[in-house]
Amino acid sequence: MTTELLKVTGLTKSFSGVAALKNGQFTLEKGTIHALCGGNGAGKSTFLSIVMGIQKRDRGTITFNGTEVDFSSPSEALAAGISIIEQELSPVPAMTVAENMYLGREPLARFGRIDFKKMNANAQAMLDELHFSISATEVMMDLPVAKTQLVEIAKALSYRSEIIIMDEPTSALGEAEADQLFDAIKALRERGKGVIYVSHRLSEIFNIADSYTVFRDGQYIGDGAIADIDRESMIQMIVGRPLTEEFVKDNVPSTKPSLQVENMSAQNGVRDIDFCAHKGEIVALYGLMGSGRSEIFERLFGLSPYIAGNLLIDGVQTTISTPSEAIEQGLAFVTEDRKRSGLVLSATVRSNICLAHLDFLGFGPVMSTKKEAASAAEMIKQFSIKTSNDQLEVSGLSGGNQQKVVLGKWFLTSPRILLLDEPTRGVDVGAKREIYKVISDFATDGGTILFASSEIDEVLGMADRVIVLKNGRIAGELANADLTAENLVHLAA
Amino acid sequence: MTNIDDSQSRQKLLLIGQKYGILFALVLICVVLSITSEYFLTTRNILNVLRQTSINGILAIGMTFVILTRGIDLSVGSVVALAGIVSASLATTSGTAMVAGGPYPAFIAISVGLIVGMGCGAISGVVVSRFAVPAFVATLGMLSAARGLTLLYAGGRPVPALTPEFRWIGTGDLFGIPMPVVIFAVVFLVSVWVLNATRFGRHVYAAGGNPHAATVSGISVKNIRLIVYVISGALAGLAGMILAARTGSALTQAGIAYELDAIAAVVIGGTSLAGGVGRITGTLIGALLIGVVNNGLDLLGVESYYQQVIKGVLIVAAVMLDQARHKQE
Repeated sequence: MTTELLKVTGLTKSFSGVAALKNGQFTLEKGTIHALCGGNGAGKSTFLSIVMGIQKRDRGTITFNGTEVDFSSPSEALAAGISIIEQELSPVPAMTVAENMYLGREPLARFGRIDFKKMNANAQAMLDELHFSISATEVMMDLPVAKTQLVEIAKALSYRSEIIIMDEPTSALGEAEADQLFDAIKALRERGKGVIYVSHRLSEIFNIADSYTVFRDGQYIGDGAIADIDRESMIQMIVGRPLTEEFVKDNVPSTKPSLQVENMSAQNGVRDIDFCAHKGEIVALYGLMGSGRSEIFERLFGLSPYIAGNLLIDGVQTTISTPSEAIEQGLAFVTEDRKRSGLVLSATVRSNICLAHLDFLGFGPVMSTKKEAASAAEMIKQFSIKTSNDQLEVSGLSGGNQQKVVLGKWFLTSPRILLLDEPTRGVDVGAKREIYKVISDFATDGGTILFASSEIDEVLGMADRVIVLKNGRIAGELANADLTAENLVHLAA
Repeated sequence: MTNIDDSQSRQKLLLIGQKYGILFALVLICVVLSITSEYFLTTRNILNVLRQTSINGILAIGMTFVILTRGIDLSVGSVVALAGIVSASLATTSGTAMVAGGPYPAFIAISVGLIVGMGCGAISGVVVSRFAVPAFVATLGMLSAARGLTLLYAGGRPVPALTPEFRWIGTGDLFGIPMPVVIFAVVFLVSVWVLNATRFGRHVYAAGGNPHAATVSGISVKNIRLIVYVISGALAGLAGMILAARTGSALTQAGIAYELDAIAAVVIGGTSLAGGVGRITGTLIGALLIGVVNNGLDLLGVESYYQQVIKGVLIVAAVMLDQARHKQE
């Protein structure tokens, strides 16, 4: 009993009669890294929010270090020794790294003043201990997303809790940062802490976790040691049916050039970018944080100003200065952060799907509700978007379905060239495969795909060719036999 | 399995509650007033209320466009005065204003007034959209500057003795309905149509709901932001001219604090200051609510200062309802 840090049995929670979790079961041993797996809607978030005291359970027991507990607020859970690194990053942008890390527990000096010196020193010490090269006095909003995630990780670890829950902690991290995180997690394990690791990235789970628990459809499905299970069986437990393949790739690239970039420069020091993507080809851009992938996309799509270089589409010299010009040229851009730049969350599924194609869904300046409804219905069918009604707010959909709405929006514009920035980020295994099929079908039909990804498996599984970026320059191109994980990591680092 | 549908229906209920809630409140207040005051439900009084609400209503409709894009227009009161004074100076029989050539036909005076309004709006719009100055600051500047221009233009004096032709938009009527109400109705109907049925309307909602996503989807958020201020300015100009026509004289202190009533109507009507959510019909009900409450308190002999307190309470209550709706997400 004393080796069990956390034991949960019979955890049940319903929202207005709909069960989100039925008889949830979970055991976390001291000094282990325990993966919590399951697709969207599996009940993982509900489970975690109950453990963290954000929600109250209907039934069930939670035992922490041998004593039964019932947290009614996150601060209670935190005080008891459970901290969480949330999936959604929500720092205070105008404050510094140190201020964010010590929010609510700022060290005080005489007369109740904040002891900034101590706060900054402690924060920096924590960051250095983790080998995160971040300055504690930097302002949060100046940091790129990856560093923001590292700060959130450092913050959670600074509580020195017994249990640390990590929800998709590497979603914004490149290979090197992820390795730093894994080192930190292993160090926690040595110290006898317990880590609950929630992730859709199976390679990470098989890399770092000792044990696992799988939820599906709000039910506990099974648990065990990672050493005793393989990837296919895990996928089967998560999805509920055998996935014949994780990736879908049926396309055969042609030799007809579609998108040619010569001597292109973009923001943040991206220079000398030369490549040619062909019709029917899936080209991946692989690189670490700061390597320039998003900058290249933003320049191609007219979201950042022209600096230098030539662009040829289907052999014709073109300039693109605004997104609407890009759309006219047949480009589509699925951005990295759908909540920030892909969807209008307060708007309906229908209006989001129609958003990039409004000019064609009416008569002159007047819109046609009929055309809009028909277009939305077409995309909902094509992408199997799970929503009971297209007039519901898109914020209510799961991550995978939201991503499909974004894809639906772009496919409505009948693009020839698809730019995808981390297309399966925050998307569960089942929906991921559907997105891979979309990519494969698009290429089979003669479209060109350029996608940026930091998941090596995805790159190896889907790409015909990989352009590796490093520090804003092209470090190399890999294809066929040369396209291996080792070569990718070697070039990118 | 998922509780998506549940939170959706709860959302819908709150939305309906919010939209129709103010309607119920309005109806309820009308019922109460018709019982407690024998004058409330008379034709004369109803037309009074509508007439008095028209000016704020027109301003509030322009404000709705702006607030939908996450902006705000604090300058409308000053534009009311400026457009009023400039257009009046073209339609006055006295020699007080700076315009030579005697009174001009009303349609010229009115056109000039609209141009003045649009000009002020365009300046605010350019400062907000091209120079990324926060709307609050940009329109605060315009509030000051336009008021100053008003005083400069008229030499600090009112412009009286307006031509009957010009005065007709304020004092005339069409089939028994006062002209301000007619104009308000037309502005209302056109605005509803523009926001709901046109591509521009979709763009306005997208630009306010998520400017990033709208930009990536090919919408020029900059242009949308500029145009909504021009609309607000034009409607402020229109309201200014109606006000001058009604009072018979354009005053340099016309429109002071009018922007607050306009914003109150918009917020009470359910449009979110966060942008992307809201309806013109809501603004209409919000404006009517303020107008009816003011009227009712007048009829019941309540001091006008209480009216201000009640208006303040209404605004806060409306925003609290709005927050409750957002919390569901």
